[in-house]
Amino acid sequence: MRWRAPVLGATAVAAAAAFALWFASAPTRLDPAALAAAPQGDAARGEQVFAAAGCASCHAAPGATGEARLRLAGGVALVTPFGRFVAPNISPDPRDGIGGWSFADFANALMRGVTPDGTHLYPAFPYTSYARMTLADAADLYAFMTTLPPVEGRAAAHELGFPFNVRRGLGLWKRLFLDTQPVVALKDPSPAVARGQYLVEALGHCGECHTPRNLAGGLDTARWLAGASAAAGPGKVPNITPGGTKAGGWSEDEIAEFLKSGFTPDFDSAGGAMAEVILNTAELPDTDRAAIAAYLKAVPAIPD
Amino acid sequence: MRLPALVVSAAMLAAVTAASADPIADRKEIMKDRSAEMKVLAPIAQGKAPFDAATVLAELEKMNANAMETDVDALWPAGSDKGDTKSSPKIWEDMAGFKAAMDKFKADAAAAAAAKPQDVQSFQQVFGAVASNCGACHQKYRL
Repeated sequence: MRWRAPVLGATAVAAAAAFALWFASAPTRLDPAALAAAPQGDAARGEQVFAAAGCASCHAAPGATGEARLRLAGGVALVTPFGRFVAPNISPDPRDGIGGWSFADFANALMRGVTPDGTHLYPAFPYTSYARMTLADAADLYAFMTTLPPVEGRAAAHELGFPFNVRRGLGLWKRLFLDTQPVVALKDPSPAVARGQYLVEALGHCGECHTPRNLAGGLDTARWLAGASAAAGPGKVPNITPGGTKAGGWSEDEIAEFLKSGFTPDFDSAGGAMAEVILNTAELPDTDRAAIAAYLKAVPAIPD
Repeated sequence: MRLPALVVSAAMLAAVTAASADPIADRKEIMKDRSAEMKVLAPIAQGKAPFDAATVLAELEKMNANAMETDVDALWPAGSDKGDTKSSPKIWEDMAGFKAAMDKFKADAAAAAAAKPQDVQSFQQVFGAVASNCGACHQKYRL
């Protein structure tokens, strides 16, 4: 009977560890008081947030153009080393989309990756960037998205292997990689640079592709915007810091023009995922494209 | 001995003319030529360079010639998805769609050259149609 005490002890430790893990992996939502204090959203401003945040690139049908980019039935697949993620229906359809969601539901999904029933969303949805959004922009986006056409039909399910199919584990992942603070500490940024920082680090979620990831899938912020292997599919995503050999030497005007027309200074034109991004950035006002360019000149130069 | 060697050489020559020896290098060259033409035309369309009908027509005709000599079968043969290339695997998965995109570019380039634009407004119209092909095609078929 001597073995009983150690076994009991080990069981107690394991139970305590399991409890701690369960507790640590619980969903964390936005502060309800802050949500309640958020201003009433404005749909017209929300349309700009929608473009800057690039929602249509994943949530409209693959290859959609024009009005079809406002039908958010989902379906774009991101095939990554962790598995195959499929963007869901976020149209206002009450059954298949998010038509039944309150603003608080919407903001918690958008900025904390938590669904109304408390499930963690996968960071293939870039809430890690949207976490830096203002609640005012979230409210405008919510107001705009409720004006979009409801579309029936659910997108396919994700295809993920163990352990990535255990959503609860994302709670721990978020503790490591969900950060609401600015990525780059800028000293006395001009209004344009500050706006650019917000557009790049929060709404535009540029770092999600242009920054390399560590083994756990978190961004290696020491190499912020310094280029990476494409997360989905073949190809390289270029270094867009001033230290990059490809785009690092572009002037601010040239960067802004690229974000408008897709043409590089040599009149090459953007391909693949960046061509999709240009569809969004082309919708922004000139001042926002100039702000993005100003910020990209202010970030630390990292060599290729 | 001589005759079989000759036959083999002739066969090889035929193969070389049908399929390019280095299709990746050749298609890069053709794309570079297009960007050189764009580099003259786009600033004129954007009002950053003065409009000159003769300059514009010369570049539009070069662009049209470039488009017409773009033989998809020779430049994107099976197997040329590997190597130093930004051509997307989607080209070979959807060859019909890729050819249709290239045919649209050819039609727009031909129409622009045929229009012989005499002022900047009419040039902007035909040029806009040509230039829209770049992004539309790259979005799907280029990495």
